[in-house]
Amino acid sequence: MTNILSPNSYRTGPDEDGHFGIYGGRFVAETLMPLILSLEAAYEAAKADPAFQTELEYLNAHYAGRPSPLYFAERLTEKFGGAKVYFKRDELNHTGSHKINNCLGQILLAKRMGKTRIIAETGAGQHGVAVATVAARFGLPCTVFMGATDIERQKPNVFRMKLLGADIRAVTAGAGTLKDAMNEALRDWVTHVEDTFYIIGTAAGPHPYPAMVRDFQSIIGTEAREQMMQAEGRLPDMLVACIGGGSNAIGLFHPFLDDAEVEIYGVEAGGKGLETPDHAASLSGGRPGVLHGNRTYLLQNGDGQIIEGHSISAGLDYPGIGPEHAWLRDTGRVKYVSATDSQALEAFQLCSRIEGIIPALEPSHALAYVSRIAPELPEDHIILMNMCGRGDKDVFAVAEHLGVEITP
Amino acid sequence: MSSTRIAARFAELKAQGRAGFVTFFSCGDPDYATSLEILQKLPAAGADIIELGMPFTDPMADGPAIQLSNQRALAAGQTMIKTLAMVRAFREGDEKTPIVLMGYYNPVYAYGPERFLKDAKEAGVDGLIIVDLPVEEDAELCIPAKAAGIDIIRLVAPTTGDARLPLVLKNAGGFIYYVSITGITGAATPDVAKVAAAVKRIKAHTGLPVAVGFGVSTAEQAAGIAACADAVVVGTALVRQIEDAVQNGNDAAQDVLEKAALIAAGVRRGK
Repeated sequence: MTNILSPNSYRTGPDEDGHFGIYGGRFVAETLMPLILSLEAAYEAAKADPAFQTELEYLNAHYAGRPSPLYFAERLTEKFGGAKVYFKRDELNHTGSHKINNCLGQILLAKRMGKTRIIAETGAGQHGVAVATVAARFGLPCTVFMGATDIERQKPNVFRMKLLGADIRAVTAGAGTLKDAMNEALRDWVTHVEDTFYIIGTAAGPHPYPAMVRDFQSIIGTEAREQMMQAEGRLPDMLVACIGGGSNAIGLFHPFLDDAEVEIYGVEAGGKGLETPDHAASLSGGRPGVLHGNRTYLLQNGDGQIIEGHSISAGLDYPGIGPEHAWLRDTGRVKYVSATDSQALEAFQLCSRIEGIIPALEPSHALAYVSRIAPELPEDHIILMNMCGRGDKDVFAVAEHLGVEITP
Repeated sequence: MSSTRIAARFAELKAQGRAGFVTFFSCGDPDYATSLEILQKLPAAGADIIELGMPFTDPMADGPAIQLSNQRALAAGQTMIKTLAMVRAFREGDEKTPIVLMGYYNPVYAYGPERFLKDAKEAGVDGLIIVDLPVEEDAELCIPAKAAGIDIIRLVAPTTGDARLPLVLKNAGGFIYYVSITGITGAATPDVAKVAAAVKRIKAHTGLPVAVGFGVSTAEQAAGIAACADAVVVGTALVRQIEDAVQNGNDAAQDVLEKAALIAAGVRRGK
């Protein structure tokens, strides 16, 4: 398959085999293949079932608290002295991030498929908390795989998951972060194929996950489009979102992909800088490869061995990226940039002080980019940034980085 | 050669009226020299076919023992180039024992599929098992491998239903590898009666020999499986010998070869 450089629409993918250009696909062991196919069939049926959509809409409205507000960040706009900055406030969702959007969709699907046990991987713990939440709500036992390193730096979310009744499995393989947690979740899934539903947290993995997660997250962009029309009478000039695996970003971007006048930026985790080995910018610093069921950009050495990503944010230090982002990069529709740990830390503090919003470290990367670009843009320019998570979980880690001692 | 090494080996086994013994270990574990010694001496210890693992950082279908063996090999500097070099070194002294490279797709993809198939064929590789390339991704490597004269060994799982089986077997070559448990390597012990039924089910769809693996670790289990399959695959039990030897400062090659000989005797008792 060849890359189509200017397709008629950027919103028709993936093809029936789950490909976005050369990316995506279904690179899984035969044991899992029949499960992936039945998941795809179940998802297609659910998508076409009004009862499924109605139940999801109800839960989104009354359980998650959607629609999330669109907020004009007036004081930051003033501070930057350029473009108008809006936040899509997905950090106000139940559980504190956009992750709940996807988890509600997938748990309804699990229920439809008659699955009785839920597993998930988590990095920062935002997805783990959202999965533990929906599992509690639907009365299903839940096991969350989390890297031992991440457990150490995300203690509040670990405790939250335990309160919600989830069983947390510490993964010590590799660097003990998100990639290793995903390996372990896949190993669990292949062992418990009959009863288990794997709720993947990002828009990656084997088809149909990238498309399915995107669809559930697209509510972000769909709402934001309408809200922006109401607030400004027009579409924004620019979208900005942070990217780890890329689920919040694709959720915001997808409904705008065919609006050529809207510039779109994804912000990867630059870690200690792209010139160092310590970053997690797979699109800027990686090359195409195959991992976790899909072909996409990966951080890897010349021999095809995967390199651990690094980021101050446990939610972004994944060595891969959703396959649709890989395709959007190659087509040029979305531009991918990066922000470093220290830039994110600065944006984290700035937003807290000036807007009274403590952002998660993940969207702090997006904000770091906004703070760089907004001052250079005219005052009638509109930037819409996804504030995809709140920073309560990060206060201990941030305190440590700032050299402040607090007792958890 | 009119017949492939794999076909010739199964023909020999049939003539001898016994099941084959397929051994697995990661290439370069615990280091290149020891690994080459293991490879060179395995046929004499009773291995009929050798599966050589191509190390990968993220072996998603493998249990802890094989994960660690991948890590040891990589830590010792194993690369795809060295893996192919080891096959060439082995071929200098053994023209008959089939070598099957087993692993995950990314290291092959990074090497370049076309270049990989050419170099592997030249080195003397007979078959490939790429765990994360299901039949849905055949265009990647399976079709070109067939053209290059390398067999793609297909994995069939307990979850592979009757409707799907013909699709999975379509481009299969060499032999069929039946994954006897739903799970990762070395995690559980297969139920012989269920395995026998599964082998029968597969044989109804193909004339290729069926090897059974994932969870066979003792001579007794190997004998049980050998009674109902064309070959028995053992990996984790051998790889654990390397792990133990490294930890206790013993001779890894000697320990692996002794264990292999023990299980080979079990396979030969099977039928």
